Amino acid sequence: MNKIEVTNLTKIFGSNPQQGLKRLKNGEQKEDILAKTGMTVGVNQVSFTVKAGEFFVIMGLSGSGKSTLIRLVNRLIEPTSGEVLIDGSDITKMNKTELIQTRRKKLGMVFQQFGLFQHRTVLANVAYGLEIQGVKKEERNKRAQKSIEDVGLKGYENSYPDELSGGMQQRVGLARALANDSDILLMDEAFSALDPLIRKEMQDELLNLQNKLGKTVLFITHDLDEALKLGDRIAIMKNGQIVQVGTADEILENPANEYVSNFVKDVDRSKVLMASNVMKKPNVIMIEKNGALAAVRKMEDAGISSIFVVDKVNNLRGLLTIDDAIKAYKTNLPIESVLIKDLHTIDPDTSLNDLFGVAVEAKYPLAVIQDEKLLGIVTRVSILTGLGLGKDEVSAS
Amino acid sequence: MNYFKLPLEDWTNRFVDDWLLPVTGEFFDTISDGLRKFIDNVTELLIAIPPELLVLVLVLLSWKIAGKGVALFALIGSLYLGSVDLWVESIQTVSIVIVSTLISIIIGIPLGILAATNKFMAGFVRPILDFMQTLPSFVYLIPAILLFGLGNVPAVIATFVFATPPAVRMTTLGINQVPSDVVEASTAFGSTKWQLLYKVQLPLAMPSIMAGINQTMMLALSMAVISSMIGAPGLGSVVLEGISTVNVGLGLTGGLGIVVLAIVLDRITQGLSRKKI
Repeated sequence: MNKIEVTNLTKIFGSNPQQGLKRLKNGEQKEDILAKTGMTVGVNQVSFTVKAGEFFVIMGLSGSGKSTLIRLVNRLIEPTSGEVLIDGSDITKMNKTELIQTRRKKLGMVFQQFGLFQHRTVLANVAYGLEIQGVKKEERNKRAQKSIEDVGLKGYENSYPDELSGGMQQRVGLARALANDSDILLMDEAFSALDPLIRKEMQDELLNLQNKLGKTVLFITHDLDEALKLGDRIAIMKNGQIVQVGTADEILENPANEYVSNFVKDVDRSKVLMASNVMKKPNVIMIEKNGALAAVRKMEDAGISSIFVVDKVNNLRGLLTIDDAIKAYKTNLPIESVLIKDLHTIDPDTSLNDLFGVAVEAKYPLAVIQDEKLLGIVTRVSILTGLGLGKDEVSAS
Repeated sequence: MNYFKLPLEDWTNRFVDDWLLPVTGEFFDTISDGLRKFIDNVTELLIAIPPELLVLVLVLLSWKIAGKGVALFALIGSLYLGSVDLWVESIQTVSIVIVSTLISIIIGIPLGILAATNKFMAGFVRPILDFMQTLPSFVYLIPAILLFGLGNVPAVIATFVFATPPAVRMTTLGINQVPSDVVEASTAFGSTKWQLLYKVQLPLAMPSIMAGINQTMMLALSMAVISSMIGAPGLGSVVLEGISTVNVGLGLTGGLGIVVLAIVLDRITQGLSRKKI
């Protein structure tokens, strides 16, 4: 089901937005409208949908209209035209009371500069959304306390925001948005004001929280790496329009136009690509079917010096080197007894960045394991190809 | 430069004599009576309290709000006012300051809030404030006398006109200075306009509003001498007497009294504005 459905949403800043809208519909460009009428087209006929539980990222440089767009979604800015359906009802047509109710019950928001109330304690900040709904003090403090614990700020309830570091302040901002228990989180460059280490930490925690709580997230950023890391789907904005929507892979592999491809050119692929993107289909032998001799043959054919051993259901049993296989054959031992079981295994979503260290240390290819099943193997060569040669090699693997 | 004649003087006088006084006289008399009673009550109350008790309260208050130094100063200042036999005059001046500051706050702060939240009001209020602040106070002393008679009441009215602008301006400034993302945050969570105002904007604007009140009070005190010209009793009239009889000593005695009041009132209101709300 679609949680947010945006159709033809447009915002024109200026003296006569309706006239600007007409020009826009006649196909005039943003620049022409600015030159002729002095009006700025902030958001230009944007449409997208966000599914329930989805992490949707809107990525764009400054001036692309992304911050205006997110404010149109909860009507902090009045749209010029278009629809924004939240759970099926159009927020642009709501009266004041309905709008306030929708904001209270369905939309939480996190701000770039945190937007905390400096005159209130952390607890009172987090409880604010409940307070204005008239929730009793005891009840709202209990719920605020819970979301403070969710973001790892236990013990700071009675501090004031200016006593906290930037990262901690943004945790307060996040807790405040979570306390209302709204399904949708709007995050406007939520981590852009934080330094890189704290930002990474917050990103990881946000992903955890989202997995745990199943929120629908609309996340704005100017940082492509952040977008690729967080987004289930990503919309790339330019000049008030969305130029491409897709998953990280789709955008990296098939940039819709030159603008997007210029963008993704500079992406640090080691952070974006994961083990599952570069892994190869392994040569394996099945422990129930193949003996030592078959293993030696297979290795000779493939020109490799070791081979992974799995069972019928593809559970990884160990690694067999060619020397051990020959030894087992000569002494007639079962291969089970000569398997190397102490293997370094990795998750399919380990980033290449994290693989470098492991790959350098490892004597054998790395086994990519999910639920004990062998999905593939990663060799040093495949990491390098994944990084250097780019998309063709990767998608082929 | 006199290309045409503007009979502003005539018009004003005719307006006042033919319309303002006959038509609104009764109305202003009512206000005048009410106000006079209020000021008299405050003065009588403060005089009725034994000076020693009042000083003790003042010293403790200064200590609590503004620290040891101010408390000590308040004590010495009070002893000074008593020793030059100006206690009653000081109380009279303080009463006028308190009443006019109160009226300035009651009218000024809501006006400041309106000007901050409503562009139309802002455009309306600003020139009026400019007018109030720059028009020489003697000019509105005359109609003040005509409408309210002599004594305390026109003094309070004139002081109100002179001292209200900072209360309005600093309230507007304080509210406008609340960071926009904080206002957005409050709105995004579903605050009504009222909730935004009294839960977020006013508390955050409080230091600025308190600074405005402080300024209002100081301006009110600075009107003491001018007020005495229209018959307001108090330290101002002591100074005025010193001027008119060329009695330097009397002028200094009264003037120092005003300085003492100013410093104590200033430190206490400043202390209030620094307190965490």
